[in-house]
Amino acid sequence: MEHYSMNLTLKVWKQKNAKAKGSFETFEVNDISSEMSFLEMFDVLNEKLIHEGKDAIAFDHDCREGICGTCSMYINGRPHGPWHGTTTCQLHMRAFKDGDTIVVEPWRAKAFPVIKDLIVDRTSFDKIIQAGGYISVNTGSAVDGNAMPVEKDNADKAFAAAACIGCGACVAACKNSSALLFVAAKVAHLALVPQGAPERKTRVMNMINVMDKEGFGSCTFTTACEAVCPKEISVTNISRLNQEYFLAGLTGDK
Amino acid sequence: MGLTGLFLISFLVVHAGVNACIWANDGGVLFNKVAHFMGSMIIIRILEVGLFAGIFIHIIQGYVLEFTNRSKRNIGYKINLGNRGSKWYSRSMGLLGTILLLFFIIHWKQFWIPSRFTGVNEVLIDGKEVHNMFNLMQVTFTEPWVVTVYVLACFSLAWHLMHGFQSAFRTIGVHNKRFLVLIQSAGIAFSIIIPLAFAMMPVSMYLGWVK
Ligand code: SF4
Ligand code: FES
Repeated sequence: MEHYSMNLTLKVWKQKNAKAKGSFETFEVNDISSEMSFLEMFDVLNEKLIHEGKDAIAFDHDCREGICGTCSMYINGRPHGPWHGTTTCQLHMRAFKDGDTIVVEPWRAKAFPVIKDLIVDRTSFDKIIQAGGYISVNTGSAVDGNAMPVEKDNADKAFAAAACIGCGACVAACKNSSALLFVAAKVAHLALVPQGAPERKTRVMNMINVMDKEGFGSCTFTTACEAVCPKEISVTNISRLNQEYFLAGLTGDK
Repeated sequence: MGLTGLFLISFLVVHAGVNACIWANDGGVLFNKVAHFMGSMIIIRILEVGLFAGIFIHIIQGYVLEFTNRSKRNIGYKINLGNRGSKWYSRSMGLLGTILLLFFIIHWKQFWIPSRFTGVNEVLIDGKEVHNMFNLMQVTFTEPWVVTVYVLACFSLAWHLMHGFQSAFRTIGVHNKRFLVLIQSAGIAFSIIIPLAFAMMPVSMYLGWVK
């Protein structure tokens, strides 16, 4: 594919801090290479802004290889931008053409308050994980990998669910600001393997309780989450979570 | 939401089945007989109470869900994801349900209240006096605006079911791939056939296809 360079207009949400009232600001960026990533384009813009003595645009990022889930931008009305199954950091500028205007907003949800510009506070996700997204094991030397047999099909499904990077795009895209795809990925992942069995019933109950407490909405199966998830987590996991929740409600101690 | 929805879906089948008797085209004899049977069976009267409870719970749940979910996002997006992520009818269940609720108020006033409380003209069938519901339908559906309202309500019902049918099964935890495919196809068929059957009733009466 031919490389090209482009000039762009960016409309970016700027907000001084959590309390301030934000607004959109327009920025021009020139000579952006089609081979840059979306975040590199922001680096170029920020360098320019810093040189001019202006405030840089704050955005979250860490691994820049699609595995940590921190990069979070709502690009032209879609979480992580126009490419399917791709995080913002893996989105390349060849997705755009010269002269384009790109609108960049932070995740919008009560449970994800904006800290500054494009950065939102996703502590609510951490709290959900702390409520049950783990297995309790004694530490010590590692157990032999083959000691506990797992059916291949379940192992594959669990692995696919475990691919969730906790980015929050599902919440951002959902009209209800529901976090159920995220929670379902975690619950399904651990429900499908024997290691998750001991805490199976309490896990789903506790995670759902915290999810509700943190102010996420309820799922109505519009499946917008699945459409935008950079790790292509399937909504089938939500059905599985519902089954886990019913069974735990009927047979659990809580 | 899912459980009450499934319960109401099962009622739709019964309701459509009973009403389909108008197409016997026997001057309403069969239809009036079946309607009388439904109205006089004690078990069906008990089920009717359950049905209304189901409808009201579904409505209340629906509005609570709609409004609490709306309150979870203070600031909206400048550009929305819209149809790129989901179907318009999946996002419009509150609106479609409200249209249906408004329709039910008209529908109950036209048929249910007369048949239960205020009275309907009687007709003699097999030596028994029964409500002439068939005639009430014929009279009601001479008005073009009534027919239009009924047909529009059937469109709302179709879209409401198109989302609701499969969503209800997913909500109660169906995640088996084969079942999901089956439920999705059955959902589409159901959402077309049932509202179409309902819509054809006022239309058939209005056009004089059934006499
Ligand atoms: S389910 Fe997908 S969109 Fe949601 S947090 Fe996980 S990776 Fe992100
Ligand atoms: S920066 Fe880690 S996933 Fe994008």
